Amino acid sequence: MYDTSDIRKGLKIMIDGSPYTVVEFQFVKPGKGAAFTRTKMKNLLTGGVLERNLRSGERLEPADVETKTMQYLYADADSFVFMDTTTYDQVQIPRDTIGDSAGFMPENTNVEVLFFNGRAVGVTLPNFIEQAVVEADPGFRGDTATGATKPAKISTGASVNVPLFINVGDVIKIDTRTGQYLERLSRA
Amino acid sequence: MQATRPALEARGRIVRAVRAWFEREGFLEVSTPARVRSPGQEVHLDAIPAGQTGGDAHWLITSPEYHLKRLVADGLSPIFEICRCWRAEESGPHHRSEFTMLEWYRANAPLEVLAADCEALVAVAFQAAGRDPLAVGLAAPFTRTSVRELFARHAGFTLTGAETATELRAAAEGAGVAIGAATAWDDLFYQVFLDRIEPALARSGPTFVFDWPAPLGALARPNPRDPRVVERFELYAGGLELANAFGELTDPVEQRRRFEEEAQIRAARGKAVYPIDEALLAALPQMPPTAGIALGLDRLIMLATGAGDISEVQAFPGA
Repeated sequence: MYDTSDIRKGLKIMIDGSPYTVVEFQFVKPGKGAAFTRTKMKNLLTGGVLERNLRSGERLEPADVETKTMQYLYADADSFVFMDTTTYDQVQIPRDTIGDSAGFMPENTNVEVLFFNGRAVGVTLPNFIEQAVVEADPGFRGDTATGATKPAKISTGASVNVPLFINVGDVIKIDTRTGQYLERLSRA
Repeated sequence: MQATRPALEARGRIVRAVRAWFEREGFLEVSTPARVRSPGQEVHLDAIPAGQTGGDAHWLITSPEYHLKRLVADGLSPIFEICRCWRAEESGPHHRSEFTMLEWYRANAPLEVLAADCEALVAVAFQAAGRDPLAVGLAAPFTRTSVRELFARHAGFTLTGAETATELRAAAEGAGVAIGAATAWDDLFYQVFLDRIEPALARSGPTFVFDWPAPLGALARPNPRDPRVVERFELYAGGLELANAFGELTDPVEQRRRFEEEAQIRAARGKAVYPIDEALLAALPQMPPTAGIALGLDRLIMLATGAGDISEVQAFPGA
C-alpha cells in the first residue's frame, strides 16, 4: 500500500476501482485541520481527469499497471496482434479496446501497450505518423486561402480532413492524438 | 523559486507600513520567546524540537499565542507581535516550515473590530506595494458570512455544529463528497471544506467566515447566542487563507478540558504530546474578554504583491 507521502507525478493508484496516474499534486492544509494532498489524476482506462483531496496518512492501493513497448504486426477481423520487442511474445488485443486508434496504426510500428491486472487495456500510438493518402476527391490548386477541407482516407484506414490540394498518393503527417492533418511531406 | 529584489523591497515596505499602522492605532509591539516548553497543543500542528534546557525538552513555537495571552492577562493591551514561527512538515505554495506570523490582541473588543483591522491592513499592504486593491477586487468592505451559510450554499447540506461524526459523514456522503477513511469530526469537516467550500471561496472576493462549529473551537469561546458555534472567523482573500481570529476563551476549566482532549488525540495518533501550559491556565482568570488574531504575514505580502507562491516573498526560502 501507498500513503499520501508517496504521491508524486506518475504514481499509479486505484481510486473507486479504476487505475489512475497522478498528473499534479499540491500540499494543502486548512488552518486548524489536517494536511491534505490536492491530487489531480488521469483515469488510465477512460482518460477522464479526477481531482481529489487526499488526507495525510490516507492509504492508497497501488494500481497493477505496466506499459510495454510492443510492435504492431497485423489485424484480423476481431483483434490486433502485437509482439513484445524483447521476448517476441505475441498478444491479441480486441478491436474494441483499440478504439479510434485502429485507423492510425501502421504495421510494424512500435506502440506503448498498457496492461492492467495483466490484461492489455489500451494502446498509445506515436504522436505523429506519416501515411499515404489512398482515397480523396481530386485536388485542385488556387484555393489555399480559404482553409476549406475535404475528407481523405489514409493507408491505415482512418479518414482525415485535409486541404483541398491533397491528392491520392501524397504522403501526409498526422497528429494521432487529435487525428488532425499537419502537413504534406511529399507529392504523388 | 526565490524572492526577487523588487519582491524583497516590497516586503520591506509592507512590514514597515504594517508596524506604522499598529503604532497609529496605539498598539504596543512586544517580543515573546521562540523556544518554549509548551508549544501549541493543537492536533494538526507539529512543533520542531529545539533541544533541552534544565532537563526539559523545548520546541520552537508554532504561534506566539500562549505568551501573548499571558501579557494581555497581565494588563497589556492592545499588543502585537511580528515573529518567526515553525511548523514541521509543512511545505507547499502557501506553506513553509518557517514563516512570519503577525498576531495582535485587543482586550474588551468584539471580534468585529479585528475584521475591520484586517480590512485596513490589506489596504495598507497594497499601498506599500504600490498596487490598487480595487483593480484586483480586494477593496474593503469584505464579505461577511458564516460556516453554516457556506455549507448550505456550496456543500448542499445543513451543518449545525451539533451533529456527531457519524451524522456528518452521512450528510457529506449524501452530498456526494468522497470521504475516504476519515472518521474524526474535524477530518470529515475539512474534507467537505476543501472539496466544496474552499474552491468557492477562491472564486469569490475577500470573505470573513464567522461562527465555526464548536468541535473546531480550539481557543475560542462559545457564541453566547448559539453554543453550537464558537466566536471565530477566518479571512480568505485572493485564494489565500490569510488570518484566524478568536473571541478568546478565558475559562481555565474549559481550556484545560480542551488541552487534555487534544493531548489524548495526539497520543492516540502517535504524535508528540506537549506539557500543558500551566502558566497560561493560571493567567486566564485575570484575562479580560479579548479578541485575538493570527495573520500569515508572508501571505499578506503575497496578496499585496500578486505572488502565487510563498517562496516568491521569502529570502532564501529553501534554507
